[in-house]
Amino acid sequence: MNKKTPADFLSPVVKSIPPSGIRKFFDIVSEMEDAISLGVGEPDFVTPWHIRRAGIESLKNGHTYYTSNWGLKELRQEISDWYDRKYKIKYNPLNQVFVTVGGSEAVDVTIRALIEPGDEVLIPEPCFVCYKPCVDLSGGTSVPIVTTAEHNFKLTAKALEEKITDKTKLLILSYPNNPTGAIMTKEDLSEIVNVLKDKDIMVLSDEIYSELTYDNEHASIAQFPEMKDKTIVINGFSKSFAMTGWRLGFALGHEDIISAMIKIHQYAIMSAPTTSQYAAIEALKHGDEDIEQMREEYNIRRRVLVDGLNKLGLECFEPLGAFYVFPSIKSTNMTSNEFCEELLRREKLAVVPGSAFGDSGEGYVRISYAYSLEKIKKALKKIEHFLQTLNENPEG
Amino acid sequence: MELKKKILSILEKDAKLSSDEIAVMLNLEKSKVAEAIEEMENEKIIFGTKTLINWDKVEDGKVTAYIELNVTPEQGLGFEKVAEDIIREFPQVSSVSLMSGGFDILVELEGYSMKDVALFVAEKIAPMPNVISTKTHFVLRRYKHGGVVLNKEEIDERRVISF
Repeated sequence: MNKKTPADFLSPVVKSIPPSGIRKFFDIVSEMEDAISLGVGEPDFVTPWHIRRAGIESLKNGHTYYTSNWGLKELRQEISDWYDRKYKIKYNPLNQVFVTVGGSEAVDVTIRALIEPGDEVLIPEPCFVCYKPCVDLSGGTSVPIVTTAEHNFKLTAKALEEKITDKTKLLILSYPNNPTGAIMTKEDLSEIVNVLKDKDIMVLSDEIYSELTYDNEHASIAQFPEMKDKTIVINGFSKSFAMTGWRLGFALGHEDIISAMIKIHQYAIMSAPTTSQYAAIEALKHGDEDIEQMREEYNIRRRVLVDGLNKLGLECFEPLGAFYVFPSIKSTNMTSNEFCEELLRREKLAVVPGSAFGDSGEGYVRISYAYSLEKIKKALKKIEHFLQTLNENPEG
Repeated sequence: MELKKKILSILEKDAKLSSDEIAVMLNLEKSKVAEAIEEMENEKIIFGTKTLINWDKVEDGKVTAYIELNVTPEQGLGFEKVAEDIIREFPQVSSVSLMSGGFDILVELEGYSMKDVALFVAEKIAPMPNVISTKTHFVLRRYKHGGVVLNKEEIDERRVISF
């Protein structure tokens, strides 16, 4: 007689990972047919046609096999050239570049390659939702570092130093940041480098939004020579080239670490999708102009949204990266969750509670501007109406 | 000029935007944008504002015809004279352009029926002294007009919420 239920077989670590904090909210949104959503984390642009065509051509030419575990040699060369051209960091395409299934796989594999039980991983919050569960799965301990609106949600040297212990093995830097839109400039990073240069701490620098940096240049901690070997840079094609569905990213770093990551990747994944790799070669070769056009469009939307929210009294600091605005909703005396649920119920407008990105996101909401200006303006009108009626009619 | 080009590329997409809105979009002072627009209006860089209309959706709407003309250029005046004559005599035509290639002048004309337009060409344009031949093409359906794809339903395939 079986005594265990299927769920009893689950590993305790997996069981301990909570389901997404906004699942209930997500379910309501999904069922509401005429809701407007400013809740997505992916570009609204379709992948530029010449990139799609390159994928189609590769299929026509019968490129339907596995590639090397590392990814196509030509693609690794293009990635290496791109990082050199854009950010002036050199990586050897033969042993320091590896192609992954989206930036997400690169994050997972980096953490799995480095972290063992007992290790502490520093994670500035609010941040993207995948880091903590990945650390948990490796048996590590994640240590959040709270970033605040007061410092434009940047990581400060002081906040970092306070959390470093002799167990600290990895710092995750995720700028431009999802959900806050914060960036770290070269000057901001140099403060961090001062703290880290004499310490044996690795850095995972998730730069997936690097090309969506506005009125500033993207800075990477790997640009500092003393940090380069201690940094794994992660980037990909999803945000820069509007290629989320192609699932393609990459990791750059010291050959000893990259080759260890390859060991995990080759058994878990084998190789990243071949069609996507051919499309990505075209993206890196001829996609600069596409990026420029999308960035300009995002920048216009960003300004309209920030201006609109500030005028409505939802204070937001100026986000200089990614495609999110992170206004404070504290003036409404509601929690992030309450605000989002009420906004959805009354105005059929969906935005994401800041608390979904860590406790320090409480009091804020994430609004995405990966939407047309027309939609953004409609949404602003809804928020205006919402705030007006909130006082007059608390029950809605 | 860089600033003016930026303003133009925004207005080209949406003429309804106010100079205040454009100032926010480009992070500029409102007065600067208003000034630049006024200057461009004075210089006739901006020489009008119209609405894009999908006449197919209007009952008994208009038809559009493109008429190719081969003409004999007037001695010393080239093709200008013919264009001037057309503009003066027939204010109802919406555009007149000198073209390279297989014919000389392209006239765009809107009318309430194909017959209207065909008669206009036969009775008014063809008999003009310098016009050697005409070819009339009617627009049957517009797929994209003024930079906008028509009759295309925008479906957002993305998941409504994602991180």
